[in-house]
Amino acid sequence: MTIDKNMRILVVDDFSTMRRIIKNILKQLGFTNVVDADDGTTAWEILNKDKIDFIISDWNMPKMSGIELLRKVRASEEFADIPFLMVTAEGQQENVIEAVQAGVSNYIVKPFTPETFEQKIKKIFEKKKNKK
Amino acid sequence: MDIKYAKPFIEATINVLSTMAMITPKAKKPYVKNNNKAFGDVSGIVGFTTSDGLKGVMSISFSKKCAIHIVKNLLRDDIQNLLEDVQDAVGEITNMISGQARAKLVKMGITAQGATPTVILGTNHTIAHITHDKIIAIPFTTECGDFVVEFSMNK
Repeated sequence: MTIDKNMRILVVDDFSTMRRIIKNILKQLGFTNVVDADDGTTAWEILNKDKIDFIISDWNMPKMSGIELLRKVRASEEFADIPFLMVTAEGQQENVIEAVQAGVSNYIVKPFTPETFEQKIKKIFEKKKNKK
Repeated sequence: MDIKYAKPFIEATINVLSTMAMITPKAKKPYVKNNNKAFGDVSGIVGFTTSDGLKGVMSISFSKKCAIHIVKNLLRDDIQNLLEDVQDAVGEITNMISGQARAKLVKMGITAQGATPTVILGTNHTIAHITHDKIIAIPFTTECGDFVVEFSMNK
């Protein structure tokens, strides 16, 4: 299955380190059309200005958390179908269940390897293709 | 506080640094710490709480040399701004270790929520543990130098 390497990806994390790690991994995987935000509020502004195809977001962030952003995205008519990958240090089962109930496309618990990251992205877009 | 709670922090530290920074630290014997002086020049600190009122603090303290080495590996990139990059990355490392350790503590009957980490830079700084219980320190050795993880928790 081929994934569009030119899709516009929004990376959301309050730590610049994690944004850089994710952007470097995406670059290694051939995805270079990436924009980033340091919390959910900024991400929401970008969503309303830019055409975003895929959201990769942290959970714990100031102003608007990743789970709040996910709920807002899923509740909107315009953005509800955008694939949403949650990348978070919160590995407790209740967090995973909460994200699944909110409509997350997939979930990665930090720490992760580039290989895990790639597999999760592939799974998301395989599922999306099968839904069509 | 029981020393058995050191295990989740040891496992989380090794897992986070070996997966994200390609460094496998070796843990030495945990001990009870009797002062607030930080081990190193760069420390990440995060608090956590449970719904039944338990409060805790976890910290990780690196020497400058060790922090720079780990941050370079973590970023898979050159350091652009030493102060900002190290500060941010140590915060993220603290966040990841805290998250992993808390996930492991669930199996020991403790379900805790973490706060946002803070990072302190500078020689001879102190780490204030808000709890009144013992502070457990776990020393680690790596090829780039040593560091110490500390935690404390009580009601």
